[in-house]
Amino acid sequence: MSLYEIIGGILIIIGAAFLFLGGLGILRMPDVYNRLQAGTKATTMGAMSLILGVGVVKMEDSWTWIVKMSIIIIFIAISNPISSHALARAMYRRKRYPFIKSSDKNMDAYREIIEKEEKDEKTVMNDQ
Amino acid sequence: MKSLTISEKISRFTVNWFFLMIVWIAFTTSFATQEILTGLFVTVVVSFFTIPLFTCCTLSILAPKRIFYMVYYLLIFTRELIKSNFDVARRVLTPSLPINPGIVKFKSKLPTDYAKMVLANSITLTPGTLSIDIIDDTFYVHWIDVKTTNPEKAFAEIAETFEKILLKIFV
Repeated sequence: MSLYEIIGGILIIIGAAFLFLGGLGILRMPDVYNRLQAGTKATTMGAMSLILGVGVVKMEDSWTWIVKMSIIIIFIAISNPISSHALARAMYRRKRYPFIKSSDKNMDAYREIIEKEEKDEKTVMNDQ
Repeated sequence: MKSLTISEKISRFTVNWFFLMIVWIAFTTSFATQEILTGLFVTVVVSFFTIPLFTCCTLSILAPKRIFYMVYYLLIFTRELIKSNFDVARRVLTPSLPINPGIVKFKSKLPTDYAKMVLANSITLTPGTLSIDIIDDTFYVHWIDVKTTNPEKAFAEIAETFEKILLKIFV
C-alpha cells in the first residue's frame, strides 16, 4: 500500500462517518428545520471529504484527478446550501411552523412576515 | 433592470470569461492546442450570452487585495465548516439531544445581492445556523441553539466575522 492510498483511505472513512452522522441526525431531530441543519452540514462535509479522498487515492496514477475533484468540491459547496435554503423557505411558506422548546415569545421572528403577507392578501381579496 | 454601459459590459464579459476558462482548464487538465482552442470558443460564446445574467462582479474583483481576502475567507470558512460538523456530530450523538431551536433575525450592511447570497450560504454551513430567507437587508436564520433573540447580538454571534471580510471583497 502506498502513502496516497493510506491518506485517501483515511479521508474516505472520515467522509463516510460524517455521512452516517448526517443520516442519524435526520432520524433523531424533531422537525424539518433541525433535520435540514443536520443533513446539510454533514452531507456537505462528508461528500467533500469522500471526493477528496478519491482524488488523493487516484493521484498515484496522475495528478489531474485532484484538480477535477477540487472543482467538484467547489460546486458542492455552492449548491448544497442553496438547496437547503429553498427547502426550508418552502416548508415555512406551507406553514410547517418550527418546533420551539423554550417559552420565549420572540423565538420565531419569521412568523410576523408570513402573517403580514396573509393579511395583505386578505385585504386585496376584500377590495376586489 | 438598468441598462449597462459598454465598458461595464466588457468588464463583466472579461471576468466571466476568466472564471469559465479556469474551470475549463481545471476540468480538461491539459494544455494541448485543440483543447485550449475549443475552450476559448465555448467560454467566449457562453460569457457573451450571460452578460446580463452573471451580475456578480466587474474587473475590480481581480485586484490583488481582494484575491488575498478571498483566500483568507476560504480558510476561515473551511475552519468553520469543520467546526460545524463536529458540533452537529456532538448534538446527534448526545442521548438527551441538546437543542433549543428558534428563528432569529438580524440586519446586514452588505450592499449587493450577490454578497448577501454568499453570506447566507456561509451562514448555512457554519455551526448551528440555517438561513431561511432574506428580505431587503434582513436575514431570517434558523438557529439550533438560540442564545439571544436580540438582532444586534445575534448578528455579532452569527455573521460578524464573515461580513467584515465580505465588505472588503465586494465593496
